[in-house]
This record gives sequence, C-alpha cells and structure tokens, in this order.
Amino acid sequence: MAAAASSEEAVKAAKVLMVGAGGIGCELLKTLALSGFSDIHIIDLDTIEVSNLNRQFLFRQSHVGQSKAKVARDAVLKFRPNINITPYHANVKDSKFNVEFFKQFNVVLNGLDNLDARRHVNRLCLAAEVPLVESGTTGFLGQVTVHVKGKTECYECQPKPVPKSYPVCTITSTPSKFVHCIVWAKDLLFAKLFGDRNQDNDLNVRSNDDSGSKTDVFERNVDEDLPQYAQRIYDHVFGYNIETALANEETWKNRKKPYPIYIRDALPEDAVQRNGSSRDHKNEEHEPSATVSLGLRNPQEIWSLADNSRVFLEALKLFFEKREKEIGNLIFDKDDQLAVEFVTAAANIRASSFGIPPHSLFEAKGVAGNIVHAVATTNAIIAGLIVIEAIKVLKGDYQNYRMTYCLEHPSRKMLLMPVEPFEPNKSCYVCSETPLVLEVNTKTTKLREVIDKVIKSKLGMNLPLVMVGATLVFEDGEGLEPDEAANYALNLEKVLAELPAPVVNDTKITVEDFQQELKCSINIKHRDEFDEEKEPDGMVLAGWSGPVDKQVNSNGDKRSVPSSSSADDIDSTAEDIPVKPGMKRKLNEILESQENFDALQNQSDVGSSSAQVVEDDDDDIVMLDEDPKQGKKKRLQ
Amino acid sequence: MDGGGAEGELTAQETALYDRQIRVWGVDAQKRLSKAHVLVCGMNGTTIEFCKNIVLAGVGSLSLIDDHMVTEDDLNANFLIPPDGSIYGGRSRAEVCCESLKDFNPMVRVSVEKGDPSLIDGEFLEKFDIVVVSGASLKTKLFINENCRKRSKRIAFYAIDCKDSCGEIFVDLQKHSYVQKKPGGETAQQELTYPSLQEAISVRWNNLPKKTAKLYFAMRVLENYELSEGRSPGETTLSDTAAVLSRRKDMCDKMSLSESQIPTALMERLLAAGKKEHPPVCAILGGILGQEVIKSISCKGDPIKNFFYFDAADGKGVMEDIPPPPPTAN
Ligand SMILES: [Zn+2]
Repeated sequence: MAAAASSEEAVKAAKVLMVGAGGIGCELLKTLALSGFSDIHIIDLDTIEVSNLNRQFLFRQSHVGQSKAKVARDAVLKFRPNINITPYHANVKDSKFNVEFFKQFNVVLNGLDNLDARRHVNRLCLAAEVPLVESGTTGFLGQVTVHVKGKTECYECQPKPVPKSYPVCTITSTPSKFVHCIVWAKDLLFAKLFGDRNQDNDLNVRSNDDSGSKTDVFERNVDEDLPQYAQRIYDHVFGYNIETALANEETWKNRKKPYPIYIRDALPEDAVQRNGSSRDHKNEEHEPSATVSLGLRNPQEIWSLADNSRVFLEALKLFFEKREKEIGNLIFDKDDQLAVEFVTAAANIRASSFGIPPHSLFEAKGVAGNIVHAVATTNAIIAGLIVIEAIKVLKGDYQNYRMTYCLEHPSRKMLLMPVEPFEPNKSCYVCSETPLVLEVNTKTTKLREVIDKVIKSKLGMNLPLVMVGATLVFEDGEGLEPDEAANYALNLEKVLAELPAPVVNDTKITVEDFQQELKCSINIKHRDEFDEEKEPDGMVLAGWSGPVDKQVNSNGDKRSVPSSSSADDIDSTAEDIPVKPGMKRKLNEILESQENFDALQNQSDVGSSSAQVVEDDDDDIVMLDEDPKQGKKKRLQ
Repeated sequence: MDGGGAEGELTAQETALYDRQIRVWGVDAQKRLSKAHVLVCGMNGTTIEFCKNIVLAGVGSLSLIDDHMVTEDDLNANFLIPPDGSIYGGRSRAEVCCESLKDFNPMVRVSVEKGDPSLIDGEFLEKFDIVVVSGASLKTKLFINENCRKRSKRIAFYAIDCKDSCGEIFVDLQKHSYVQKKPGGETAQQELTYPSLQEAISVRWNNLPKKTAKLYFAMRVLENYELSEGRSPGETTLSDTAAVLSRRKDMCDKMSLSESQIPTALMERLLAAGKKEHPPVCAILGGILGQEVIKSISCKGDPIKNFFYFDAADGKGVMEDIPPPPPTAN
C-alpha cells in the first residue's frame, strides 16, 4: 500500500531528537533503530547507576558511571552499525540547545523524568515549530501525547501537578502521615545537623521560643564525646521538642497528642553503651553504614523503636567519625546509604511519637528519594507507542494523532486506550499570546520576589529578562558587563514602585526568555492586602494555566516546606488535585477506576491528564464529552 | 511454581538491581519470579522483546527453542542478532539470541533446547511454569496447549504473533487464583477458569458480542486457511486474497456472522504482512506479554482472559474474553 511505502520513506529521511536515554529512552532508541530511523540525536545528562540495569537494557554493570547517551549509542550500533546516532552528555537546558538547534529536527521525542525539563523542551519545540511526542511512565501506567503547534494542545495547555509541598507546621508540629516524618527528618533534621548551618531551618520553630541562651543546641560541646552528643540530640528532638509542643494545648484539642521519647525509654542503658561496638572489620572497607555495624541487613524489615534508636545513634556517630569533612555541606541524597539510614531511623522514631506506623529502610528510601516506580515492560510499550505516533507526525497524518494511555485496569476492555488530542488552549500563556495579570503590593514587594515566585517558579523561565516599557530592569545569564550585572543585582532588592522604571498599578511589564523564545506580557494590578493563608506568595497570578501547587491544606501557616516526596500522593489526590470543573468526574468515569485515574493524575512523569476517549462505534470516532471551559470542540480537520 | 515459594530473602545484589520494580510489585512477587522457569518456542522480533523483559525482570530461567538457522530476514525486527554473517552464520536463532540475552542479566539462566516444537512431549514441558509459542502453525499450538493441560502441575500457556501492524496474544492459565487489587487499594482473592485454545476458537461467532475485536475473526480465517492448505504461518500472501476471502465467506455463512465484521481491508493487511513484524508493535506485544507472565507467576493482578489484540491503525490494545462453546454443542 502507498501509505506503507511513504512511512518507510518518511522514516528514512527523518532527523529526530530524543531527550532522555533512561528507561523510556533505551527502549525508544532500540525501537527507532529497528524501525529504520537512521539519523538520531540523543541528549542525556545522566550517568548509569546500578538501579537502572533492571530496565535500561542497553547498559551493563561495567558501564556504571558512564554517560547514558554515549553507552546507549554504542549498544544500538552493535545491531544497526550503519545508522547515525549523535549523543550529547549534557543538560537539555544548556544554552547550546537553542531554537536553532531544535529547528534541524523533524520531530522531538521526550523520554524525560521531570516537569522542569519537559516544560523547557515544550517551549523550544513551540519556538522552533517542531512537533513533540511526549511520554511518561509510573509502574504499569504510562502515556504518550503529541504536541504540534497550532494543531494540538501544547504540553503546558493543561495544569500539571507539581511536586507537593507541605505546610511548615504539619512538618514541624502535627505530622499525620509517614511522609511528613520523612520530610522532617530529611529537610529539617538532616539539613540542620549535616547541612549548611546558615540556612533557614524550621526545626526548632516551636521549641526554642524560650528566650534562653543563644547557643545552638545542635552544636557539639567541646567536652562532649560522640555518644553523649548523639544522645543529647536524640533527647532534644524526640523528647524535649515534643514536650514543648505539647505545652501548646490549643494544637492538641482536636488531635491525638504525641508522646515524647527519650533515649532512656527507647534503649536500656547497657544497650546504649554497647551500641555499634560489634562493628566488624568489614565496615572499614565499605562506605560507613549503621545497618552494617548493627547487623540489620534486611532492608525490607521494619525495625523496632529500639532498633531505630540504635541506628539513629550509630549513624550520627558514623557521620562525625568517618565523614567529618563533609559535615556542613551535606545534602540528602537517596544513594547515600548512611544518610538514608539516618533519615529512616529519625522518621520512624518521630512516627512512633505520633502514632504513625513505621516503615522499612527500603520503603523509607523510596519516599525520601522520591523514587519513581519503574518496570521494563511499560517502558517498552510506551516506546512502541511513541514510534507509532512519531511516524504519523512525519507523514503529517494529523487526523490520526492520538494520545494513548497505558492502563493497569482495563477501561472499556482496553489496556491501551487511544484518545483524541485537544486543540490548543486559547488562554495558554505558553502557546498563545494571552496577557497575564499579576496582583501584587507594588510598594512592598521586591523585584527578586516577583522573579523567584512568579517568573522562574510559575512561568518556568530559565534565564529571564524583565522590561518595564522600554527599560531593561533585569537580565540573567552570562555575558553581562560587570556594571550591568551590579545594576541588576541592585534592582533585584528594590521594591517594584522604586525601580528605575517604576512598576505601579496598571504598568505592563514584559518578561522574556531568549533560549526558550518565550515572551509574556504581565499587567500589574496593585493590591495592599493578601490573605496569608490563601495567598501565601503575597501575589496572585491570573490567566495562567501552568503547574498547580497541590498544597494539602494550610493549617494557618503561610509558609510551606517544599518536598519532592510523593509517596502518599495516591491517597491524597482524590480530594486535592485541581482539575477544571467537571473534568475530573468525567475522566474518572472514562477510566472506570479511581485507581487508574488517581495514578494517571499523579504520575510525576506523565503529562497532560485531560482526556476524551475516541469511542469505538463501528469505527466511527465520537467525542464522549466536552470540556466545559473550552466550549465546543471540533474534531481536528 | 508450587504455590508459596516466597521463603528466603533476596540478596543485597538482587535488592539493588531490582529496586525500582520491587517498588511496583513487591518483594514476594520478586522471589516468585526468581523461581519461575520459562520456555519460549520460536524466536522472532516479538518473542525477543518478551525475553528481554523477563530476563531484566529476573525470572529463574529461560529456555529457547528455535532450530532455524539465522538468515538475513531474521535481522529485521531483532536487536539480539548482530548483522554480521561471521557471527550468526550456521547458527540457530535460539543459539544467537541466547548468547545476547545472557548478557542482559547475569542472575538469569538462559539456555537453548534443541528439537521440533511440534513434537514436544509432556514430560519435557513439566520442567516449565510458563510456555510461550510464536510463529507456529495452529496444529503445533493446539498440540502444545493440550500437552500443557495434561500435566498435573499448572503450566501457563501463551501464543503470541505479530502480523506487521497487528498482533494477537492468546492466554490459557487453566485455573488461576490470584490476588486482585481493587480500585481503592483493598485486595480480594479471585479465581478464573480458562478455556483451552481448541475451545476458544470453536465458539460459534454469532454467540459473541457484536463488538468483539475484528482481529479475532480475521485471525481465525487466516489460520483456518493456512491449516487446510498446509501453509506455514506467514506464507499466505496477497496473491491468496481471493481464496482467503472466499474462506471468510464460508466461515461467516457457517457461523452466521455478517462478512462486514471482517473488513476486506483488514484481511488484506494481514495477507500483505506475510512474516513482517513492525518493531513498535513487537515492543508493545512483548511488553504486554511480559506483564502478563509476571502477573501469572506472582499471582497478583487481573490477567488477560483470554485474547489481547493490538492494531497500530487505530492504536487500541483490547482484551477479549472468548468463552468455550456451550456444552450442548454437538
Ligand atoms: Zn499551550
């Protein structure tokens, strides 16, 4: 048939860019090569790790530590030696991957694992007018979507869940889930003890109200030996701090009270003394590990309070004994065994104070490290679907573009469910030119706050430039003259109304990212007051459909602890995921299972969540329901 | 697999390697996997995708049967065979694929079994928990399926075939009890009873729901034609169109199904496919089959009962539950 012949030609002539050589990327590169693609460029920043080997089948044990993009290329050339694969061991956000770079490709295929990079690639594809096939997987779930400028919605036309953040007081005072204890252990306690001490830290926010001495309780006293120090920290954070919190009776009126835990309650005196003394020589050769010292070798086991306490003391001690040089600069890393042990033990002890069930090291590591659940099969299926979509894109067969969901529980008998893509959202600030409106107190808000909270975090710009009328008030990036840079740094600290070109009510500012070729206008509306609880940023951006902050609830505390932990997303999203009115219920019905729905909504990896099923009625395509906000939608013609 | 089989801990090496997937299916399933023995008859683009998936997942052992010498045609959808005659020349598909698969995961035993799949006896099958057949004639598939069913232990049987942009998977788990994860998180014990392949292709078509996948019927027509003409799978081509369409008419008449349920265009696509496999479709079918085998070994999750179809033309991956003929028939 003619179609088949033209598929082959289109594939042969195509120059494609793959972003990501991980789980999906390995499968994709293999399937592209087998399908006849012969000019493939691939960007990946990462190097190979052991935990990749169960699904990233182009990599072997001997490749650990090497560039994914390069090793993937070499592996594929073994079975397709005559094709061209160009690897880049680099970050896709690097300035060398500009619009010109993107323009050389016929299609871009994403196999990424984070929202940030996905948004960045979306913008470059829009600017370069190159079609994008986007993908993601979590466990048995996955999806593939197609984004072609002017024909289908862009990746950012629909709101995306962003990593969850938790209200500070939930973390510091009223945890109710294990993940809250993990965030506390990782972002507060671990950071306080081993990280940068000059950073703001809310660890003692509720406990050192007493105007005692200014000395930092976390500082080790000169005459203190390590076991003494470790026990003092233990008693302070699990005992004293809880007792202090209990004193605030208002907090516990409608909550279960925690109980303080002191080391003498958790461990008999002699056990405290003996702790870790069974350490064998093996520990000297390997990375220091409290579980090795203590003989707790099964990562699946749930430790008792006593064991958690022993791990806590031992891990703390090992940090000071074996890794003293790093203290002050440590940042939690899921691949740092001792850090994971410390955080697991601390989270479990705290959990037991608050009556929250403890978790194994294996599980705690997943929560703390925000580890994506991944299997080879889903990645292989998704990669197959990407190639099928890419071939349609190359043939310009846009009537048949589909987004496809890979489901765990079948919906209408389907495990692979194709859905017709949406038209572009006319109010999308990324792919249309709708002006945004920013309500802000122009007399008290500094330019820096607008740049951090709105331009970078909400609009996702990488290196923004800010213009007020014709005056450039800020520019980021390399190549600035020193006096310019100094001038912009000065502007950052000025409030909006006092900038060289004042920003007041009704001022229109323009923000632009040259690399992303994204330019937005923002109309400023001055407002004096903001609700601390509902508007914690102190400013409100309207006309913006970008990522939505899934803050669980805000307990009256205006700040929140950002966290990458997503482990309990599945049970919490049912009530808090923001979707357009009417959309959630319908999509839920389509997917026939709350679990499919929740999981798809939640995939950190997965893109757009709104869907209309292409219903099979004797092969006619019928739109099941309409998006109430976008009004009548026509089939793509 | 004999029921439990979850005792003994995973080694540190296993925990590190399988970390991400244990987070999906649990330690227990991982232990069961590591004790399962899988046999694959027929190495092609689709089955190597499946083999890759279960070797990565960490099954206990994988045995391959395919005595055919590697030819250039085998390179099309196969990433396990280096395109170098001096490497594959004079060697069987099973041998060359085995060598590459071993590399994927040193903890899995991959080996070659010699012989003709159409002569496989029941005692030989007894060594396996899972049997996958591909590229075989209907006669061979029926023979192996019946042999699996005759053994005292449960041997799960799968047949999988890719015809260019279309694919079919048949599943026979005999009696399968498993833990079903209900939407919402609670679990329930479930049991399913499967018809044999013979039964699943014998049901009268007018007894099936109107929306049954068209590929189910189309594949039966093709298979029926191949059987009566003594053709090997993939040997029937577009030049046989007239004869195949007349077979379609005969079968539809006999089973009271409107011919429009098996569109001519679909029949033609299957005939044009011959032995060709579309690599993305191989990846999809091999992925689905990998998941199904993992579900069956771990006794966790709703398995496919009993056919799965994928067609790249509409992008749907559909399950069909085809019952056995009612006992009163005959
Ligand atoms: Zn958009």
